[in-house]
Amino acid sequence: MSPTNRTVVVTGIGATTPLGGDSASTWEALLAGRSGVRPLEQDWAAELPVRIAAQIAVEPGEVLPRPLARKLDRSAQFALIAAREAWADAGFTAKAGEDPAVDPDRLGAVVASGIGGVTTLLGQYDVLKEQGVRKVSPHTVPMLMPNSPAANVGIDINARAGVHTPVSACASGAEAIGYAVEMIRTGRADVVVAGGTEAAVHPLPIVAFGNMMAMSKKNDDPQGASRPYDAGRDGFVLGEGAGVVVLESVEHARARGARVYAEVIGQGISADAHHITQPEPTGRGIAAALQHLLDGSDLKPAEIVHVNAHATSTPQGDVAEIKALRQVFGDDVDHMAVSATKSMTGHLLGGAGGIETVASVLALYHRIAPPTINLVDPDPEADADIVRDKPRPLPEGSIAALNDSFGFGGHNVVLALRSWQV
Amino acid sequence: MATQEEIVAGLADIVNEIAGIPTEDVKLDKSFTDDLDVDSLSMVEVVVAAEEQFGVKIPDDDVKNLKTVGDAADYILKAQQKA
Repeated sequence: MSPTNRTVVVTGIGATTPLGGDSASTWEALLAGRSGVRPLEQDWAAELPVRIAAQIAVEPGEVLPRPLARKLDRSAQFALIAAREAWADAGFTAKAGEDPAVDPDRLGAVVASGIGGVTTLLGQYDVLKEQGVRKVSPHTVPMLMPNSPAANVGIDINARAGVHTPVSACASGAEAIGYAVEMIRTGRADVVVAGGTEAAVHPLPIVAFGNMMAMSKKNDDPQGASRPYDAGRDGFVLGEGAGVVVLESVEHARARGARVYAEVIGQGISADAHHITQPEPTGRGIAAALQHLLDGSDLKPAEIVHVNAHATSTPQGDVAEIKALRQVFGDDVDHMAVSATKSMTGHLLGGAGGIETVASVLALYHRIAPPTINLVDPDPEADADIVRDKPRPLPEGSIAALNDSFGFGGHNVVLALRSWQV
Repeated sequence: MATQEEIVAGLADIVNEIAGIPTEDVKLDKSFTDDLDVDSLSMVEVVVAAEEQFGVKIPDDDVKNLKTVGDAADYILKAQQKA
């Protein structure tokens, strides 16, 4: 088999999210339909128009040793925690080389963030203004650079085949996973740790997104604020955290006897070239990405039984995505159980593609689709079978799932996964 | 003015805070880089904290000469006398 046809599988998962400090607790909460959205109790939030967010369930300072944590931006802390979980979950016992099961020169890391080290950037500017030149941390630059999460994960696992950070706003995490798949397909690496992270719960991003009219202002109902596909939706709720997977060529996974969660069938990518923030209203760009996915892989519409939708709970975006699914798949959409997990996690921006890939992988592995909460009055334009209120079992046999991610800038990234038959 | 012993104790607290090294391991002959997990960036933090604690100035050009805890303690002792 030529390197470009190599089958890529998922052998490890990790997450730290508003729902739990690891992937197991996050998955349990997703199936239980729990919301991770809470009021912002920080002093700075008191006067803001948006006073809710899906904040991390387990503070990274409780997990990472303090000397390490203080040199990492919060986004890199999340990424490292999720990556370490995924690495151990894949069965590796030490960094590459020390664990002979993986060659450092054949190991990559691709971890994305939409915004990068924004709390470090803004926090250190406060230090400069309030405490002077000498007090600005010498770690500021390596903390705020957007490739910092990827670089720190790469150092931690000893990844020498390449470390990368695609940046495409809220599609960043999915693009990172797609990039990692290509690294394995093209023969650059056998194993790649990939995902997304975001830590932007800070007054400036919250005010800025709020002034764009992009965020929910349901401050009086935090748990009901993120309501994809509901007629009463009024914007997204900011979330924070990271989701990471270990991707591996199937040959490499077999050789070391690894447990396989799912196959990555492929990806479809396009750009809207329409507006810097507005989704293209007909779903043309998203449809193009879905078509590229079909054209470039062996995915069959008939096998798709689940979609982890991008669905951020904005009035326009949720509908454009469903329109695109209908354009490309027609009646086949009827057998796709569509879940909007952002109803529970909030929107992790560049981290979304990471945790939603983890959720999609687990949905296939356990054959159950998580619910979409807060869907009380469905928008009639969302013409799809949306999983409401409680999780839904998925069929036996070979089944596939889509994971959609779209970002400001008009970036469209669709990943396709398939169940793995042992 | 702090004695050498007090300066080493102060540096030990600073190194503990920044690098997580137990204070009892911070001794005169220890190298910041090789023994105490203080890289060049963290050394800047150590220097800024030491300046504040001991009321001295340690210009950037002199930092590269402070290889060991003993180097730093001697530098601070002399800088205190000049101050």
